[in-house]
Amino acid sequence: MNTLLAICVGVLYSAAIYLILRRSIVKLVIGLVLLSNASNLLIFTASGLTREAPPLIPEGESMPAIVADPLAQALILTAIVIGFGVLAFAVVLIRRAYEVVEADDMDQMKGTDT
Amino acid sequence: MVLWISGSFLAAAAAPWAVKRFPRHAGMILALWPGLLFVWFLSVLPRVGQSPVVTTHEWIPALGIRFSLYLDGLALLMSLLISGIGSLVILYAGRYLERHPDLGKLLALLLAFMASMLGLVLSGNLLLMFVFWELTSIVSYLLIGFHHEDEGARRSALQGLFVTFAGGLALMTGLILIGSVAGSYEWRTILDSADAIQASPHYPLALVLLVVGAMTKSAQFPFHFWLPNAMAAPTPVSAYLHSATMVKAGVFLLARTHPVLGGTALWTALLGTAGAVTLLLGIWLAMRSTGIKRVLAYSTIMALGTLTMLIGVGSDKAIIAAMAFLFAHSLYKGALFMIAGILDHQAGVKDLTRAGGLARRMPVSAAAAGLAALSLAGVLPLFGFVAKEKLFLSIFASGMAWLTPVVAIGAVLTVGVGALVGIQPWYGKPVATPRPAREPGPSLLAGPLILATGGILFGLFTPVVDQYLLTPAASAVTGHPVTPMLKLWHGLNLALATSIASLALGLLLYRWRTHFRHMTRFSDALAARGPEWLYDRMMALLVRVAGWQTRMLQSGYLRHYLLTTLLFVVACVWILLARSGQALHIAFDLTDIAIHEVMVMLVMSASAILAATSGSRLGAVAALGAVGFTVALVFVLFSAADPGITQVLVETLAVIMLVLVLFRLPRFLKLSSTRVRVQDATVAITLGATFTVLLLLAQDQRLYESISAWHIAESVPSGYGRNVVNVILVDFRALDTLGEIFVLALAAVGVLAMLGLKAEDKPQ
Amino acid sequence: MKPVPEHSLILRVTGLFILPLLILFSLFLLLRGHNEPGGGFIAGLVAASAVALHMFFTSVEAARRMIAVDPRDLIGWGLLIAIASGLAPILSGRPFMEARWIEMTVPAFGLVKAGTPLLFDLGVYLVVTGTVLAILFSLAEDDVQ
Repeated sequence: MNTLLAICVGVLYSAAIYLILRRSIVKLVIGLVLLSNASNLLIFTASGLTREAPPLIPEGESMPAIVADPLAQALILTAIVIGFGVLAFAVVLIRRAYEVVEADDMDQMKGTDT
Repeated sequence: MVLWISGSFLAAAAAPWAVKRFPRHAGMILALWPGLLFVWFLSVLPRVGQSPVVTTHEWIPALGIRFSLYLDGLALLMSLLISGIGSLVILYAGRYLERHPDLGKLLALLLAFMASMLGLVLSGNLLLMFVFWELTSIVSYLLIGFHHEDEGARRSALQGLFVTFAGGLALMTGLILIGSVAGSYEWRTILDSADAIQASPHYPLALVLLVVGAMTKSAQFPFHFWLPNAMAAPTPVSAYLHSATMVKAGVFLLARTHPVLGGTALWTALLGTAGAVTLLLGIWLAMRSTGIKRVLAYSTIMALGTLTMLIGVGSDKAIIAAMAFLFAHSLYKGALFMIAGILDHQAGVKDLTRAGGLARRMPVSAAAAGLAALSLAGVLPLFGFVAKEKLFLSIFASGMAWLTPVVAIGAVLTVGVGALVGIQPWYGKPVATPRPAREPGPSLLAGPLILATGGILFGLFTPVVDQYLLTPAASAVTGHPVTPMLKLWHGLNLALATSIASLALGLLLYRWRTHFRHMTRFSDALAARGPEWLYDRMMALLVRVAGWQTRMLQSGYLRHYLLTTLLFVVACVWILLARSGQALHIAFDLTDIAIHEVMVMLVMSASAILAATSGSRLGAVAALGAVGFTVALVFVLFSAADPGITQVLVETLAVIMLVLVLFRLPRFLKLSSTRVRVQDATVAITLGATFTVLLLLAQDQRLYESISAWHIAESVPSGYGRNVVNVILVDFRALDTLGEIFVLALAAVGVLAMLGLKAEDKPQ
Repeated sequence: MKPVPEHSLILRVTGLFILPLLILFSLFLLLRGHNEPGGGFIAGLVAASAVALHMFFTSVEAARRMIAVDPRDLIGWGLLIAIASGLAPILSGRPFMEARWIEMTVPAFGLVKAGTPLLFDLGVYLVVTGTVLAILFSLAEDDVQ
């Protein structure tokens, strides 16, 4: 299962990087979203996969049996929410940039004064 | 003592306010603080003569850096000069730049400088001293560039900053070397381990680095060129920083470290040579100059060279001569600079050749200038004479015969320079000045008068000054008690004869000054290829290299940066993998695979590829959503409930947001050629594959025990929560979460700000 | 987004009923988050989604009226509460952000444990809700112009 998921992560990264190398600024943003998904999945896979054992401790017990890694989950959880903030920021940024430069082409945004 | 230093910084902060509130009398009011300091330092004079006053506070205990202050005879001599002259200079500056819009800034900087300089001389910890050392450089930079609208002043300010900072770096390295040998940065510990330091193999390097630092600060050849240029600063600054105090910091450092580092052949050779060369060079250039401040600046370089040379010689006599010379020089040079300021302020005179016969119009200034110049020239019974006499005696007795002609020539030229500033503008044929000359008011006259009369008084009462001030200072420098030995009258001896001869020759030289300048034109050609030329060339080269490097690396295209970075990362990873020779085991354990999981992953991969290749915005966003939801499914399938729920919610909100924005955005265009697309796809796939391989390799390797086990075990007992993920977020790692919600808030602020900016900045 | 009064009546009315329910549900998620899946992040996102849905059914102005507070204020209050929960232990001489708990018996609930982490989670909840809503509202309003 790990192997399959690792390949999936590779596919996500490839798609994300292909997109952020494009000149179209909208594609850049879509690439960024894919990149954050890929990274979350990477951390998740690397922390080890466990089926049907969420890191919840049954009532009355203090020490559970084997559960999934909670630390990776906590990291991913905040990363997802931050990813949303970054996405919002990026989307608004490119929208403003588009209004000012009136071009979707990254190559026309290379000057420092535009 | 900590209070005195921090109080001085506070006084600096209050200066702009004081100027706004009392525009006419700010200088007088602010001068009270250094005056108070001066009185306090005077009051501890008898106590410090017995033993040093030490206070220690912890500052950065982990690095062994303490905020410790160490007040011994040497520090006290410097502190008295700093606070005393500081008080006079601030009084003077308040009138000198009255009604200047930036007077508040100037007074604030002067006070801040005083605080830093006091910190420097009082530090009992090498690293603390270094901090104050750099602070004085920074304040000096700001003060030289005070007239910041002037290109030349900015250039001079930067030059001073670069030279002293370069020296500062050398000094820091030297101090760290010393500290590591002694095992502490505390001055008292280092003082005890002098033998260990001199025996250490690091000693020569540490000494050279430290001396380079001192030489840049005290403008020794070949780093002297920044000091004359620093005269771009307003005259009170020149009087205070660039003659009486800051430039003495290098000399102070040498004196301070003398008991630890001094006395070796290397020490004497380094400092003796550097000092002697600087002495001759400085006085030579002073005699050749005509700008009043330049003459004074070059003669300051000469004085600093003399001090360095004397500390290099290092005998008891030489050290006490150095202390006397330092004291005398601060008095007369401070006075002369203030006189130069008066000439500029009252008559618009900046050049000696443009002035003459001013004594009739400004008798008091002329008298003060005359007294200071006599002390500079070393005429009986002024204190300058005592210092010069001792200088001669110690050099004659040093056994370094080659220094004798140096000091003799120096003395002749010094007398000439003294005549230049003490006679030329005041007597002889009146010369029309740019403004009609007028005697200045008491605020401007107080400084030069007090300092110049000090020259006479201290000369007449030499033994008193010697016993209470100079002998304790000299004892601190030599490291053992020195017996008081200064006298005004030593009787008829070789030193007196040299003095008289140099006086006569110097006056002759003054008489023939135009011929002298004409005959010595050849040195201009040398100066044109001197250290300053080298400095300019180095700066130009730096700019050229920076320009070339920027053009090389900064294409301005995002994808070029990305490509470079990504390829570099891939290369690093593969080289490391190849070198580690790790075998890659990829096991397809089919029994482990559930069919619904495989379906989820297939959908995920297909959606990702679709998102990357779709030609429409809507298609790409839809595919993106599909990727997001399948990722959420993976989380849920593998026991990550919280991230799964979060992912679903965020995905929903993201789609809403993209819908709101997307159709305001341009349609996809096909901008790249097929060749570029294939190339990018290759890079992307390589990188993706790299990640897959890395992930597979990382699977079974744990370098450190995960802390998750601790989190799980402690969740209920100390976190009172059964959802471990949440306990981590709000309890165990709450500080991280706090940072994250701040980032979120910042993103919201950014969005609001950008949407608030309307399209008025659109190019027409 | 255009103000669309011609939106389906059914959607608008159901929206009116669903919104309070969803907000209540988000509070439930927030409170149980320490023991079951949930917590400040998830609850905040649920609350924001609820208001966002309402915004789609009616209009930005209606949604703003409905929640009665400016989302920017929510961000501020959330950060303030989160920091305050971290500062609380300092008052009793403990390090910043160390958790402090008190136990008390509340009639009808039994033993209730309350502590600074719950307060912190409330701060997270407010920040997340405020951030998402501030972004969505301003985007939607920008659209109208």
